[in-house]
Amino acid sequence: MTIVAPRTEAVAPAAAAPAPGRRRRHSPERWTRLLFIAPAALYILAFFGYPIVKNFTMSLQEYTTKTFFTGEAPWVGLANYVTVTTSSLFGPAFLNTALFTLGSILGQFVIGMALAVFFKRRFPLNGFLRSMMLLPWLLPVIVSSATWRSILDQDSGILNRFLGAIGLTDAPIGWLTDPAVALIAVIIVNIWVGIPFNVALLYGGLQDIPEELYEAAALDGATGWKAFWHITWPSLRPVVSVVLVLGVVYTLKVLDVILGLTNGGPANATQTLAVRSYQESFVNFQFGVGSAYSNVLILVSLIFAVIYLRANRRAVDE
Amino acid sequence: MMKKYRYPIFASLAIAPLILTGCGSSASPEASGSADSLTVVDYYNNDPDKGLIGDALDKCAASINVTLDRTVVPGKDLIQKVLQMSSSKTLPDVLMLDNPDLQEIAATGGLAPLSQFDVDTAGFAPGILEAATYENEVYGLAPTVNTLGLFVNPAMLAEAGLEAPKTWDELKSTAAALTSGDRYGIAFSSIATYEGSWQFLPLLWTNGGSEDDLTSPEAAEALALQVDLVNAGSASKSVVNWSQSDVKDQFAAGKAAMMINGPWQIPALSEDPSIEWDTVQIPINKAGQKAVAPLGGEVWTVPQTGNKDKQAKAAQLIECITSDENQLALAEARYTVPTKTALSEQYVALRPEMESFTEQVANARSRTGILGTGWPKAATQIYTGIQLGLTGQATPEDAFSKATAG
Repeated sequence: MTIVAPRTEAVAPAAAAPAPGRRRRHSPERWTRLLFIAPAALYILAFFGYPIVKNFTMSLQEYTTKTFFTGEAPWVGLANYVTVTTSSLFGPAFLNTALFTLGSILGQFVIGMALAVFFKRRFPLNGFLRSMMLLPWLLPVIVSSATWRSILDQDSGILNRFLGAIGLTDAPIGWLTDPAVALIAVIIVNIWVGIPFNVALLYGGLQDIPEELYEAAALDGATGWKAFWHITWPSLRPVVSVVLVLGVVYTLKVLDVILGLTNGGPANATQTLAVRSYQESFVNFQFGVGSAYSNVLILVSLIFAVIYLRANRRAVDE
Repeated sequence: MMKKYRYPIFASLAIAPLILTGCGSSASPEASGSADSLTVVDYYNNDPDKGLIGDALDKCAASINVTLDRTVVPGKDLIQKVLQMSSSKTLPDVLMLDNPDLQEIAATGGLAPLSQFDVDTAGFAPGILEAATYENEVYGLAPTVNTLGLFVNPAMLAEAGLEAPKTWDELKSTAAALTSGDRYGIAFSSIATYEGSWQFLPLLWTNGGSEDDLTSPEAAEALALQVDLVNAGSASKSVVNWSQSDVKDQFAAGKAAMMINGPWQIPALSEDPSIEWDTVQIPINKAGQKAVAPLGGEVWTVPQTGNKDKQAKAAQLIECITSDENQLALAEARYTVPTKTALSEQYVALRPEMESFTEQVANARSRTGILGTGWPKAATQIYTGIQLGLTGQATPEDAFSKATAG
């Protein structure tokens, strides 16, 4: 939501800027206009601006449990950022965040798209199945990760039992106990969690594509894959970019899935920037270091937001 | 003209107080005043503990003529709640803390030393006093404590013709002998949280290691024991992802013949009479060593609320809840151990199944005794090292130097 807001704000003043000579006459209207903006602006300042500024200042302070009682938080400059970037976990956590985000988005999007296209067809129980698809979204993540933890259990988990029974694996896979596999397992679960979001948005986008386009294309011999590439994909592009950017921003900050499944283990194999930030702040009580981690995360999200805005502007220009 | 434009400004200013009042509504504490009611915060949010502690608190409150307003929060949220309350100056009159957190909170200046209220701290087990002491002042007292021990399934031992292990070598051979089919010989928790570190401490301490020198050969030997058990297949590889309650579930399901766990699991184990269990002390590495286990349990403290009368009443409440009578009653009901060592004999007569835990508590050490507020950092290094060792990322000799490198 925060990503879309700046765009409309940026466009509005340019379009509505009064001609220089008529300024005085339009002043009352300007006030009215400002008043309409005021509630939204106050809301953003209080609930987005303040936490972001507070988080930034906190990252420059030695902010510990003591601060909560005494209110004292000495300034330490960039010391927290030095702690973060020189930590032996920073590199792996950064890489894991990238792999986790990339893997999750790729899986969610491809499967989500396939399902959305599939549900566009008419078949019995379509509506029922589609609403069942939303289930992972409705379940509290902490519940679904507890369930997945038992599914992925090395000894008695149903997934290993199943893989063993159909002869795919000789030895049980240590989904959550083998550092080489744990990240993949966490990504799989996050893909499962994210599919409904992708299906819902992409399915909505598909509904907006006029049926006539397909009929006309069919007359020219474009059906199946051809119809998808030449009609569905181009018409869906705006929805796709929203889905992908929101997906990236949501996935970068995923915490509950990882905490519920592995808590960053085994042997730090599933540490991400979000997990580091949480653990520094709420396990080690180093709130300054924790907020430095989260600022790195905010910076990365911001880069994606800018990419999104630029890509969109180019699309409008075209 | 100008006047006309001002109204909107006034209108927007009129909204401001609404927003500002949202931030500043916390009541400031009175310096003194009527002390006929006390607020209490603790984390016993599940029965039977919730009810047992609540009844004991209410009885004590009645004896000192106050009423209680008790709030229970989930265990993992307690510290965050305490931090919120201390920044908004709404700390309760009586606050329960997990013992390894006490020094951290005492260091903030948020707690009142019990000596201010002439609370007698004589007779309490040294370990728990050590945990509750910050800069030579005792800040909290616990009615009962717990620790870790080795649970064994006597039927499975008898079937294999074995006795409960007393040394690490016996532990390894017994665990190997008890492993069969989808049953492991032993289960323990080596999860990447403080729980994993807590479960490692009995091995580390019994072998003469210390949390302030993790790269010692004693620490490597303790880790090697866990690694050997997993590599031999006597313990599941999943131990790196098991919490202590997962370990209890494995044992209760008959999938582990032994487990390292604490007495707070006994009520759950007793629910099903078909589960057979017995407890012994944690095995030792070499002859002549003494089993040393970590001390668990919650201490009750008096926060700095600024209201002297209520603080005095709060101290009385803590004295009452840690009285001999309440210690025995709570220990019996909750399968914990009284903190006054003089009560041990009387207690074991009441609850013979708690004998090994009661003995273990006499020698038990607190996690914050040596490192104080540095404990969280060491605990993180401990579980990181264990995970590196158990997943084969490092040898037991190298694991802790890798983990302490930062």
